[in-house]
Amino acid sequence: MALLEVKDLEVYYGVINALKGISFEVNEGEIVTLIGANGAGKTTTMQSVIGLIPARHGSVIYDGHDITKMPCHKIVHLGMSQVPEGRRIFQELTVYENLMMGAYSQGKKTNFKEDIEKIYDRFPRLKERRNQIAGTLSGGEQQMLAMGRALMSHPKLLMLDEPSMGLSPLLVDQVFEIIKDINKDGTTILLVEQNAGKSLAISDRAYVLETGSIVLSGTGKELAASEMVKKAYLGG
Amino acid sequence: MEIIETLINGLSLGGTYAMIALGYTMVYGIAKMLNFAHGDIIMVGGYTLFVTLSTMGMPILGLALAVVVCVVLGVTVEKVAYKPLRGASPLAVLITAIGVSYLLQSLAQIIFSSAPRMVYVGGQDGLGFVTIGSLKIQKHILITLVCSVVIMVVLSLFVKYTKIGRAMIAVSEDKGAAQLMGINVNMIITITFAIGSALAAFAGFFMLMKSPSLTNTLGAMPGIKAFTAAVIGGIGSLPGAMLGGLFIGLIETIAQVVPGMGAYTVAIEFLVLIIVLLVRPTGILGKKRREKV
Repeated sequence: MALLEVKDLEVYYGVINALKGISFEVNEGEIVTLIGANGAGKTTTMQSVIGLIPARHGSVIYDGHDITKMPCHKIVHLGMSQVPEGRRIFQELTVYENLMMGAYSQGKKTNFKEDIEKIYDRFPRLKERRNQIAGTLSGGEQQMLAMGRALMSHPKLLMLDEPSMGLSPLLVDQVFEIIKDINKDGTTILLVEQNAGKSLAISDRAYVLETGSIVLSGTGKELAASEMVKKAYLGG
Repeated sequence: MEIIETLINGLSLGGTYAMIALGYTMVYGIAKMLNFAHGDIIMVGGYTLFVTLSTMGMPILGLALAVVVCVVLGVTVEKVAYKPLRGASPLAVLITAIGVSYLLQSLAQIIFSSAPRMVYVGGQDGLGFVTIGSLKIQKHILITLVCSVVIMVVLSLFVKYTKIGRAMIAVSEDKGAAQLMGINVNMIITITFAIGSALAAFAGFFMLMKSPSLTNTLGAMPGIKAFTAAVIGGIGSLPGAMLGGLFIGLIETIAQVVPGMGAYTVAIEFLVLIIVLLVRPTGILGKKRREKV
């Protein structure tokens, strides 16, 4: 069953047509990746789906709700969470306070202390640094914090926008391992990446986005084997 | 002894400025706009106090009503005048704020005329004095000082330790990321305007306790000075606004007691502003912000 169903999504920035009617879906339990070059519309897609950028046409159905015109904060309350491009952690708050902000949408029904311990188990570094001002963390630690913060809201669908950007190869591997783990624990993943090789390897399915349109789709394996993808995104 | 009295007077006046500066700085930090109508909210609070006192007496009731009226007015102005301009050029918002300022002043003039109204919070003879040892301090000075310190402490605790307070910090840092946390940014902006306007009502009360003459430009000059205070402290920073307010209050009071300086009080305040901005362009506690696209 499709947890997220995007149909004919069109987004404009002024007169610029950033998304030209894209359709894709993410089924429960999957890891789905959108790959594409800079400016293809990946981040626009992510921001539009979660309500940060309004869509001009098309529809977004999430978990049975029509969220096309819903403001972002309400969508988050429905159990969608996003690690935005560039991490965008709250630089002036501590690690702990950032995680607290992640739990903002949670009512009294969830156990904050238990949740934060789970995050610390997954990211031991965050526990060591819990009272440190987030702006002083290294890039890798900030990425962990952004992921931990997004997980604090118990998302059914976790969207990650370029989580490997600017990280060392070792950390990139670690990030992809963590994404796989999060998915194994039952969270559906929508991933946007420029690192096509690594992301296709962990994806159930993937879509290729080029200048605002989806030009190719298939399973992760199929796309990794496709001549077109190899040529354009895998450097061979 | 005179020095201590001057310092207390200065800190008390600074407390009033801090109340106003907090309104400027919170709105700037969260809605990223300069609300130049903020000073006029003080004036509307003043007239609310005037009407309450002249019909029912009871200054505390007057203050309570002024808080209510200012909060409703501040939130309404935001909804009607500023919210439709969210995302518009900062210049458009600034001009609108100046327009709202003149609108409020003109409405007050139509309703209450331009003749000064006398608002005697403590009766015509004022509230009298308090003597501590050899110190003789006017009661209203102490009331202002104590109230503004309490308000500043409560506000700081509110921002640091409540869910809404932390949401305010998040919104001021990154609106988009705050939305991704599930924060309703519009609601946070409304709350910010409400808090700022309530503080303005207190500032009006303090000002009229000090000098009872009320006209439709009551908030204009203190508004500008408090804005200066907010910039000196670092606009967007809460402790900065408090520090800047106290600083401007002290400078003003000290300049007034130094022989020959009284006439140059305002000039000295703005000179300090210029010097601070030359040395630290972001203000004393202001942080360099990375502008995000």
